[in-house]
Amino acid sequence: MFPRLVYQSFRRQRRRKLLAGIAITLGVAVATAMIAVAADIGDKINRELRTFGANIIVYPDTDTLDVEIGGVNLKPPADGAYLNQADLPAIKGTFWRHNIVGFAPFLPVTTNASLAGDTQQVELVGTWFAHPFRYGTDNFSTGVRATNPWWKVEGAWPSDDASDVLVGEALAARTGTRAGDTIKVAGRELKVAGILSAGPAENQQIVAPLHLAQELAGRPDAVRRVMVSALTKPEDALAHRAALAADPQKALSPELYDRWYCSPYVSSIAYQLTEAIPHSRAEQIRQVAQNEGVVLARIKGLMLLVTLAALLASALAVSAAMATAIFERRHEVGLMKALGAGNLSVAALFFTEAGLLALIGGTAGFVIGIALAEQISKWIFGARVTVEPVLFPVVLAVAVLVTFAGSAASIRRAMHFSPAIVLRGDA
Amino acid sequence: MTSAAQNRRQMFLRILSRPLLVRRGRTLTALVAVVVAASVATATLNLYTDVQAKLRREFRSYGANIVITGKDGSSLPSGALPRVDAALGARGIAAPFAFVVARTSSGDPVVVAGTDFDRVRKLDSWWSVTAWPVSSGQALLGKRAHQSLTPKGEPIDLTFQGHKLRATPAGVLSTGGNEDSRVYLSLDDFTRWTGLAPSTIEVAVAGSPAEIRSMIGTLASALPEADVQPVRQMVEAEARVLDKTRATLFASTALIILTAALCMLATLTASVFDRRKDFAVMRALGASQRTVSALFAAEAAGIGLAGAVLGFALGLGIAAWIGRANFHASVSPRWGIFPEVLVGSMLLALLAALMPISMLRKVQPAVILRGE
Repeated sequence: MFPRLVYQSFRRQRRRKLLAGIAITLGVAVATAMIAVAADIGDKINRELRTFGANIIVYPDTDTLDVEIGGVNLKPPADGAYLNQADLPAIKGTFWRHNIVGFAPFLPVTTNASLAGDTQQVELVGTWFAHPFRYGTDNFSTGVRATNPWWKVEGAWPSDDASDVLVGEALAARTGTRAGDTIKVAGRELKVAGILSAGPAENQQIVAPLHLAQELAGRPDAVRRVMVSALTKPEDALAHRAALAADPQKALSPELYDRWYCSPYVSSIAYQLTEAIPHSRAEQIRQVAQNEGVVLARIKGLMLLVTLAALLASALAVSAAMATAIFERRHEVGLMKALGAGNLSVAALFFTEAGLLALIGGTAGFVIGIALAEQISKWIFGARVTVEPVLFPVVLAVAVLVTFAGSAASIRRAMHFSPAIVLRGDA
Repeated sequence: MTSAAQNRRQMFLRILSRPLLVRRGRTLTALVAVVVAASVATATLNLYTDVQAKLRREFRSYGANIVITGKDGSSLPSGALPRVDAALGARGIAAPFAFVVARTSSGDPVVVAGTDFDRVRKLDSWWSVTAWPVSSGQALLGKRAHQSLTPKGEPIDLTFQGHKLRATPAGVLSTGGNEDSRVYLSLDDFTRWTGLAPSTIEVAVAGSPAEIRSMIGTLASALPEADVQPVRQMVEAEARVLDKTRATLFASTALIILTAALCMLATLTASVFDRRKDFAVMRALGASQRTVSALFAAEAAGIGLAGAVLGFALGLGIAAWIGRANFHASVSPRWGIFPEVLVGSMLLALLAALMPISMLRKVQPAVILRGE
């Protein structure tokens, strides 16, 4: 009898069921889309924050002090130590390699250059633009185009294996150099592929492929420093404790040390880079690393609160729809009770119907919500949204709960009506 | 005639107000739907407009987004800093820097910088410093400079163009940037020692890209003898992150308002539809189609108005709470969105009332009263 009642109710009252079902579907779709977008926003904004540039610098362990003012290197060329270019691919072998968005080696050389017939001393910096390399069996490509996205080039980016260069815009304006010109650097004729607009330091420099700087410096395979751009997790108490210690392995208990090592804190990634590259020291660039945590936390917090507002709105939408749907059926309740049904069986019938509606509407809403989240993510970030599979049962459970909660008050009221009054049409 | 019109008006008001009191439950449900929709819309719209200013302030912890340098590396004219401060007003903070390459007692080159420590503390909040210098003759040493010059913290001797200076390390600075290789002195000590004035002023200004551009113009005209340049890295990254955040918030706001509006529409429509018998009785007693429509419309408008006012107040409260919880700052209420919320609520309420009425008017009152 009971299944038949439920079945007939769905068959006969299609319009009412459809309305309640649509309300649940809509509510669940909005809730799912908001949760999916909010859960993913940390990762997406983290990637956008990489626009601020590298957050870790790797330099030789035994290096002398940098002597640099306003981006101009005043360090005697013979001074200081170097890293070996051949060690760099090992960066892609560290524990958090997938969090490393890119890295770029730098080698500055002070040299005489003749631009548009005007000879002067300039700083030439060798780097990778988008340099292909191999680590293990995988091929990668990285360089300043990944780490410094604010660099703009008028003309073309040079190739990493050619001998074309970029000239900083301030230097180019002073000497009248244009893209396509030929300049003379230390006796070699080089083609200017483009004019670079970057920071005040780079605007005064010539930026060349790394191998060219190494030839000019007479130091094959040498690299002065490496800038690494990594996706990190904002620092917490554990990261602060590790950062204060000279050697985290000794300062932390083995369990804490493992937790620190296996979290993508900027300090643990820097520590792993030091391990991966011989004779190196890796430091977080605090200006970038410390601040992205704050910005990230604010944006994530904001989205969390907005998601709560969305959940509230959809919960109320579902509750209101259920309340109306049950209130409309008070005659039915009156009839059932007049025929001898107890309060319990009336409530059971309504709750079963509500549960079924929630499951059907919830599933449809989840599918629509994911599609919606995909669209939003594609539209705003141009990337796919990652959805945790565990979200589905959670969303369904919440849909059933909200539907029950929304129905409960109306069902209680429906049960307290006196059948005679309801059937007379006075309630 | 006057009394007949008066009677009619009285009757109208009575029919309008009685159901509100007699059927409190149903009126309350409709009102709650409007209040929820209006408050959610108010809160999200308020946040949407205010959040950019809040986030811009957070971005200023990244430090300078404008750099002022003397043309061709020369010092800035004396009085440059007060002129920058005057141009900035309360909208930003500036810190002066002067640099020389000095020799240590062992003859190694080291960059020595002079600055105003109080200003730097505010501008470069990411500087990790063990102890800030408090008195004359004290220096702040970069982490690498500390390790290489005086690991034990003894006073260091510096020479610049034959002038000697003895500085006591007060604390160690670590930033991961060029600062780690430098020695920082107070500007007074630095100028007394080298005779040089600041060559660079770093400025952090909060505002939209257009506001920053106009500030660059203001600063350039206040200091015609200097180069004023934006820090592209900061300006571009900030714009990108803000754009994406704003777009996400916009999409969320649109979704939430849509849900709330549909919920409200559905609830109100159902509650009017529920009263089809009242409608039929009125028609059967001889009320004109216009009177009945006006009655339902007036009721809907009343609920829309009350709901919008209550919802607006509630929404401002929610926005203020989110501002406090997330940004630790109050969100200033935008009274400007009140007309939009009000008009939106009333339009939706009218739509919700008139849609079922126009469906019902095609049906004979007798059919409705018979209960079919």
